[in-house]
Formats: sequence, structure tokens, C-alpha cells
Amino acid sequence: MFELPSGAEIQAIIASLNASVGYFLPEIYLSVLFMLLIVIDLMAKGRKNNLLSITALAGLAGSFFFIVPQHSMPAGEFFFGMYVLDEFALFFKYFFVVSGMLTVIITMADEQFDSEVRSMGEYYALVVAMVIGMIMMASSNDLLMIFLSMELVSFSAYILTGYFKRNLQSSEAALKYLVYGAVSSGLMVYGFSLIYGMTAQTNLIRISAELAAHGYDPLVMILATLLIIAGFGYKIGAVPFHFWSPDVYEGAPTPITALLSVASKAAGFALLVRYYFVSVPHGLQPYEDIVGIDWHSLLIVIAAASMIYGNVVALWQKNVKRLLAYSSIAHAGYILLGIIVMDKLGTQATLFYLLAYFLMNFGAFYVVILIANKTGSENLDDYRGLGKSMPLAGAALTVFLISLVGLPPTAGFIGKLMIFAAMLNKGSLYIVLALIGILTSVISLYYYMLIPLNMFLRESPQSGEKSMELSMPARLIMVALMAVTIYFGLYFAPLSDFAKYSSALYGMTMH
Amino acid sequence: MLSLIVFLPIIAGLIILAVPSSQKQMIRVVSLVAALVQIVLAIVIWRGYDPSLAGIIAAPGGSPAGSFQFIERVPWISIDLGTFGKLNIEYFLGVDGISISMVILTALISAIGVLSSWPIQKQVKGYFILYNLLASAMMGCFVALDFFLFYVFWEIMLLPMYFLIGMWGGPNREYAAIKFFLYTLFGSVFMLLVMIGLYFSVIDPVTHNHTFSLVAMASQENYIKDAILGPNNVFWRYVAFIVLFVGFAIKVPMFPFHTWLPDAHVEAPTPISVILAGVLLKLGTYGMMRINFPLFPEVFQASLYVIGVFGAINIIYGAFCALAQQDLKKMVAYSSISHMGYVLLGLSAANSEGMLGALYQMFNHGTITAMLFLLVGVIYDRAHTRQIDKFGGLASYMPVYVGIVTVAWFASLGLPGLSGFISEAFVFVGAFSSETTRNIAIVSVLGIVFGAAYLLWSLQRMFLGTRKPDAAYDLEVGSDGHEHIHFHDWKGKLDLDGRELAMLVPLAVIIIILGIYPMPVIGLLTTSINKLVTVLSPVVLTSMN
Repeated sequence: MFELPSGAEIQAIIASLNASVGYFLPEIYLSVLFMLLIVIDLMAKGRKNNLLSITALAGLAGSFFFIVPQHSMPAGEFFFGMYVLDEFALFFKYFFVVSGMLTVIITMADEQFDSEVRSMGEYYALVVAMVIGMIMMASSNDLLMIFLSMELVSFSAYILTGYFKRNLQSSEAALKYLVYGAVSSGLMVYGFSLIYGMTAQTNLIRISAELAAHGYDPLVMILATLLIIAGFGYKIGAVPFHFWSPDVYEGAPTPITALLSVASKAAGFALLVRYYFVSVPHGLQPYEDIVGIDWHSLLIVIAAASMIYGNVVALWQKNVKRLLAYSSIAHAGYILLGIIVMDKLGTQATLFYLLAYFLMNFGAFYVVILIANKTGSENLDDYRGLGKSMPLAGAALTVFLISLVGLPPTAGFIGKLMIFAAMLNKGSLYIVLALIGILTSVISLYYYMLIPLNMFLRESPQSGEKSMELSMPARLIMVALMAVTIYFGLYFAPLSDFAKYSSALYGMTMH
Repeated sequence: MLSLIVFLPIIAGLIILAVPSSQKQMIRVVSLVAALVQIVLAIVIWRGYDPSLAGIIAAPGGSPAGSFQFIERVPWISIDLGTFGKLNIEYFLGVDGISISMVILTALISAIGVLSSWPIQKQVKGYFILYNLLASAMMGCFVALDFFLFYVFWEIMLLPMYFLIGMWGGPNREYAAIKFFLYTLFGSVFMLLVMIGLYFSVIDPVTHNHTFSLVAMASQENYIKDAILGPNNVFWRYVAFIVLFVGFAIKVPMFPFHTWLPDAHVEAPTPISVILAGVLLKLGTYGMMRINFPLFPEVFQASLYVIGVFGAINIIYGAFCALAQQDLKKMVAYSSISHMGYVLLGLSAANSEGMLGALYQMFNHGTITAMLFLLVGVIYDRAHTRQIDKFGGLASYMPVYVGIVTVAWFASLGLPGLSGFISEAFVFVGAFSSETTRNIAIVSVLGIVFGAAYLLWSLQRMFLGTRKPDAAYDLEVGSDGHEHIHFHDWKGKLDLDGRELAMLVPLAVIIIILGIYPMPVIGLLTTSINKLVTVLSPVVLTSMN
């Protein structure tokens, strides 16, 4: 069956690889940055300075030089269909690079690193590795590539989660994350193998064509769908694949929590959208399956369960990071709503919501870090009276939380508006789901407001009024994030246009 | 002009942000100046307003903004949504007869609220920033003619209100603040869904795009027949009407959604109670008149009886609850619920008299209830208690105070010659002349009797007679041989001081003048109300189909 390729074929392969490399420059650049960071760390061993973080920051920013020119390249697949370049992938390239930069910035602000670890060693290199992996997740067009890129992200994330080696919570979180991750990617690969067994293809576009041309066994298909959703569901942290997230979010270093809750989740969504939108046969029709179960109805159940479970369980949380973990489960549900409607408006709403979520969640975690620096605690009770000693941080956190609830005038409100608009546009069938979303967001108000409640409405137990002034850069970043969140709540046309531009996926046309 | 009156308090808030928090007097003065300028602007708008133009809807083929006045209309957000068309949100302000009186009321009550906030000492800077944000959002709600803009203003009100009750309120403030927030948010999230549904169902006659313009939405010919809230989709139109109505009814507050109000009032500081009762509750009924009824007129016609019944329940139930209260502020809060019932009753009559009465009652309720809460605040400042049975005989020692109390109390129970009488009379005339609501009107008259009962009874227990043995103040015989009373740790003037008079006297004057000669307000409303009644009438509905 396997024959050695002829010389001409080898020539053709090499020519094709050469042509493909031109589309792969940002990833190559970031890989070089990754290695550079390791080398710098080796040379500057033992010294505590900002060399690594500044290099990482500047290096990540430098990747824009390679990403921006890609706008003028035609959308298409390369590396033998392993990888695609389209507007959708470009959106996530920006998204992940900026996430990586923000993670570096908030790591620099986090004083817990000073006490917990001796050197930042490979930390920044791993953040860059994670960024590369996530970019590849969003651009993968092949089952193998999906698996490889997902593992790259996961392995970097396992190490980063356990980065506080002497901290039991951090180590426990890393182990939990690893075990859950291993199981769910095992399940996913099994699902992939079933798909491969049915179609003899690994390329998503060809899978779609194959399924459309030759049909499939519904029973095998629903099994494969379930298994694959387990893998994606784990990445996006949706119910019932969420069990790892509260512990991991609580135990991981806070900047990593922010990165996991925003970027890694977004990468999961990118995969989910690409996999189901591209590999589904018959354009946008869901599979015709046994007893009416298909990936679409599975996602509906998952979305509803995530919104309800995340928002309700968050009501009892006493730790702010844990509270935000449950809130991020709920937000996975909201974002899924945009995917479920399966049209251009829905995808645009999903991407917009991800951008809004990016702003408000990074903002919230940043303030949580700043507060933990001063109080050494992330417990809700220790937030009492903080509004008085840190009014700016209190105001900023309130804005981010209001945005998470989805109240105007914030970006989060527009995100919800667009998601619900996409749902209602589809007709009355989706109104029930929209109602669940609306009602659970009322529930979410209660627990989000617990934080401002403690900060502003309650008095600090310590009588001594100690002023907790924040450093100037910290204030500037906080105010900037707050201003952007409000600005895009009042004038969201640029973000929305960007999201619309980015909703084009290679290999399918949406309506 | 309208932009200025809306954003003036926010500008004041930004100035306050730059003032160091130790400069308390400066902060208060900035707020007061902004509020006074707002009143001046409101007067300018009032004088410039042409009462012969109706507003409400745009005539077919006429100006797309209808006969609204002081219009400001610029595109705000316009984004391309591909196959789905363009998303257009406008910055669209304007007033007509329904909103003009509310604009004046808001400016007036905001300024009185600033005066009433003068004694607040705790975190003055934060207080006035939030207060000004609230004042802007309230004003914005009354002049916004784009549903999206209205919704943004509507929601922006919630957060400052939460903090104003939660940080400067009474002992149980946390509970009251979050209860207020959750109730109103619960109502308004449904409004969001209806708003989106309406957007998909309405086409702007000029641009042929979907629109959020309330003026376009008020004309039934602009609806797409088969859209989700189009005329053919009867089921969803009923659902949308009901959830919108509930959203606004929570704000009114209508039984059984009223339970947040007594809690919020009891815990809120006096100025916030004044704002809450004076302006915020009106937003509920205003929303019904501006959005809920004109957009779904056929459902409105079908639900007149239900609305009327709820109005009657509000009137009578509120009065009974007020009768049972020991806490004066709680009594006033329930009386407020009872009086908002008249507004609902007037609306359910669906004729000119009833609607006019309802709108005029909204204005009068704003001035009268604001006065009641101010008067409660005066006595609470001095005695640190509001228990009705801790007083007695105050009339002998605080004659000016009790004089004004009498005006307010009698205005509230609807004594002829005071403004409350006229609006309630209109409501009853309207409700009685409508076949549907006649029986309800007959039952509701009982509310007047119970209203008189709790008001007179409290007047008698607190201000007449002699000091009770366990009263909140001591009786001393002064060096001049006269008896006078002394409140524990109250350093100020015993009777009303200048600031308190400055808040109460203008309101009392307005109540008396509008009771004798109501034309200054009613004249503004009549044309628009007649138009609204036509828009809502079944005749227009049949011609539409």
C-alpha cells in the first residue's frame, strides 16, 4: 500500500512546503521567541530582573509585524490541508497574542511570584508556547493538527498551573488539570478515530465532503460526536466537563487563571466553531441522527446546563477566584448560545462576546491581583471596607463585574445584546434558550454584586485606616481597561465590524 | 438643549471627581449649581414648548420624528450585519406632552434632592458623583426616543441607586439595596428581549432599515406582518406586552411586585427616598405610556380590565398596609403604592379624562410624595426615630413644621383645592365613564376613605394632643415659663430651618397653585393625551388591518 514517492513527487512536496512557510511566519517567529526566552533565562540565571518579562512582552508585540501582512494573503489551506489561514484564524491570532501580552503585564504586577518562586525561569517561555499552541488550535484544519496543538496548549498550561511548586494548592490544581486533561483528550482522540474510520480522511473539509457523499452510520456518528464534545467541552470549561475548573482557577497563579479563563477557553471555542461548522455535511444542516440527537442539540443542552449550573453554584462561593471560575463556566454557556444559532450573525456575536469577555475578565483578575498584593487574600470576607482604602480599584472592579453581568454601558452588555439578537433573529424556537440566558444573568447579578457589597457597603474589621496606594502603572492599566470596557459599551461599531470581518471561515459559506 | 439638561449632572459629577474629597462644601455647591441650572433649562424648555403639537407618533408621510419638540437626532452606532442588514442605533431625544411634565418634575425633584443631601457627611464626594449620575440617567429616560438609548439610561440608574441605598442607608441597607437591584433588573432583562424582538419587527419608513426608534415603533404600519412581534404573531405580541408590562410594573410598583419598595424606602436616606418616590416610580408608568401601550395597542385594549383591577388592588391594598404601619416612613411608602394605583386605574380607563388624570397624578404624586418623605426626614433627623407612637403634641412646639405637614397630608388624601384632588378626580371621572372600568372605579373610591383614615390618624397621633410618656423628646419648662421640647442630641433649630424651608415651601406652593389652577400643567398634556387615546383606540386598530 505504501510506496516510496518518486523524485518528482518529493520535489513537489518540498515546493509545496516552501510555499506554505510564507503563511506560517507568525508561528515561526513566536517559536524563535520561545527559544530565545529559554536562552536568555540560561544566561541570566539567578538574577531577578525584568529582562525576561520585557523580552516576552516586546517579543509578543513584535509578532504583529508578521500577523498584519497576513490580511492581504488569500484565505486558503496549506501544509497539505493541515493548516488554514482565514479571517477567523487571524482574529484569534490577535486575540491570543494580546492575551499573552496582558498575562505578562499582570504577572509583572503580581507580588505572589516574588515570595513563591525563586526565578521566573521558563515561565514566560511557557506562556509564549501556550500562545503558539492556541494560535495553532484556531488555525487547524485537520484532526491530527487539532490534537497536536491542543496538547501543546495543555502541556504548557499544566506546568504553568503548578508553577508555585511549594504551594500545595497549586500543585494539586496542576495534577487535577493533568488528569482531567488526559482523560478528555483521550476521549477526543477516540472520537477522531471513529470519524477517520468512517471517512478515511483527517482533513475537515474532506470529511465534510465524504460524509455528504457517502452517508454515515448515525449510531457511530453520535458516539463520535459525544466523545469529541468531551474534548472541546473540557477546553471551554462547560458543564459537564467543568469539574477541573474551580480548583484549577483557585490554585493556579492568578495571571495563569486569567489566561486559562480567557484565552484557553477562546481557543476551545475557535476549535469548536471550526470543527462543527466545517466538518458538518450539507452546509449548515445538523446531522440527521437517531432520536433527533445531533451535535447541535447536545450543544443546546450543554449551554443551558452551563448557564444554570455556573450561575447558581457561584452564589455560594467565598473565594473571589473560585467565584470567577464558576462565572466563567456560565459565560461558556452564553458564548455557546452564539455558536448554536449557526449563522453569520451568531458567529459575529460569539466573537464580539469573546472580545468583551477578554476585557472584563482580564480586568477583573488584574484588580484581584492588585488587591491580593495588598491584603494577601482572595477571600470575599477580606474585601470588606476595601472600597474606602482603594477606591479606584473598587470602582474598576465594579465596572468589570457590571460588564460581566451584562449591564450597560459596558462591552459585556453589547455582547449579551448581540448574542440575544442573533437568537431572536432565528425565530421563536430559540426564545426559550434566550430566556434561560436572561434569567441566569439576573441570578449572576447577586453574586457579582457580593464583591462591591463587601468593598463598599461593609466596614473593614480592622479599625486602623491604612491607605493602600497602588503604583502609578497599575492605576494606569486599570483605568485603561476600565475606559475601554465602557467605551466599547457606548460605541461598539469598531469591535463589531472587526468581529463581522472575522466571521469568515475557510471551507464554508454561512448565511 | 435636551442633551444639556440630560448631561449637566454628569458634567457636575466629573467636576466633583477633580475636587479633593475634603472640600465637602465645594462638592455640594457644584451639585446644587448644576441642579439649579437644570431647573432654569427646564423652565426654558417649558416656555418654549408648543402645547398644540401632539407628538406620540409620526404621521405617515410626515416628518420621521413626528411632532416631537426639541429634537436631537444623530446616528450613534451604525454597523453592517451582512445579510441581516444594518444595525442602527440613534441618539434620538425629544419631548412631547407625555414627557414634558416629567422633565420639569425631574429637574425640580433633583434640585430638592441636592438640598436635602446637604447634611450628609459620610463620603460626600462619592455620594454626589453617584447622585449626579442618577439624576442624568433619570432625565435621559424621559427624553430618549430611541429604545436602545432608553434602555441604556434605564439600566444606568440601577447601579447608583444600589450604592446610594447600600452605602448611605439604614441598618438593613444591604438587603434593601440588593432587593431593589434584583427586582428591577429582573423586570428590565425581559425588556431587553422585547426590545430586540421589536427591532426585528419594525422598519423605519424613511430608511427602510430596522430601527430602535420609539416613534417608528408606535406606528403599527411600520411593523413587518410576519416578524416575531409583527401583527400576525399574536401569541408573541401578548407575551411581549405582558413581560414589558411586568418590567414597568415592578418599577411602579404594582401589586404583587411591590415588596421591594417599602424596604428600599425605609433604608434609603431621605434624599434618595425623595428621588425614588418623586421620579423613579414615574418611570414605570411613563414607560407604559410611551412604550408598552402604544406599541401593542390591541393587547392593551384587551387587558384594560386586568390593569384596572391591579390598579384597584394597589389603591386599596396600599391603603390598608399604610393603615397598619408603625413606622411613619413605611406608612408613606405604602401610601405611595396606593397613589400609584390611581395612575394605573386612570390608564386602564383608556379615555382622555383617565389618561390625563393618570399623567397629572404622576406629576402631583411626584411633588406630594417628595414632600411627605422630606417631612419624614425632618422629624427623623431630630428624633432618630420614625415610630408614630413615639410622638404626640408636636403641633404646639413646631408650628411651622406641622403647618406644612398639614398641607402635604391633606394634598395626599385629595382635599379639594390641592393638586392631588384634581388628578384623582380626573382618574375617577375617566374610569367611571368607561364601561370596562366602571365597577373597578366604584370599588376604588374606598381607597380615598382609607387614605383619609391613615393620614388623619397619623396626623392626630403624632402632631395633635399632648406629648406621649415614652416620646422621643423631653418636655422642659424654659426660663421664660413656657413649655418647650428638646430632642436628644439635636443641636439645630427645633422648627424648620432655612434649608428645609427652601425645599418644602416651593413644593407646597406648587401643590396649592396647581390645585387651584391646574392649567399650567394640564395645558401641556391635553393634545398629546388626546393623540395617545386615538392611537390606542380600537377604531384605529381596525383601520390598520
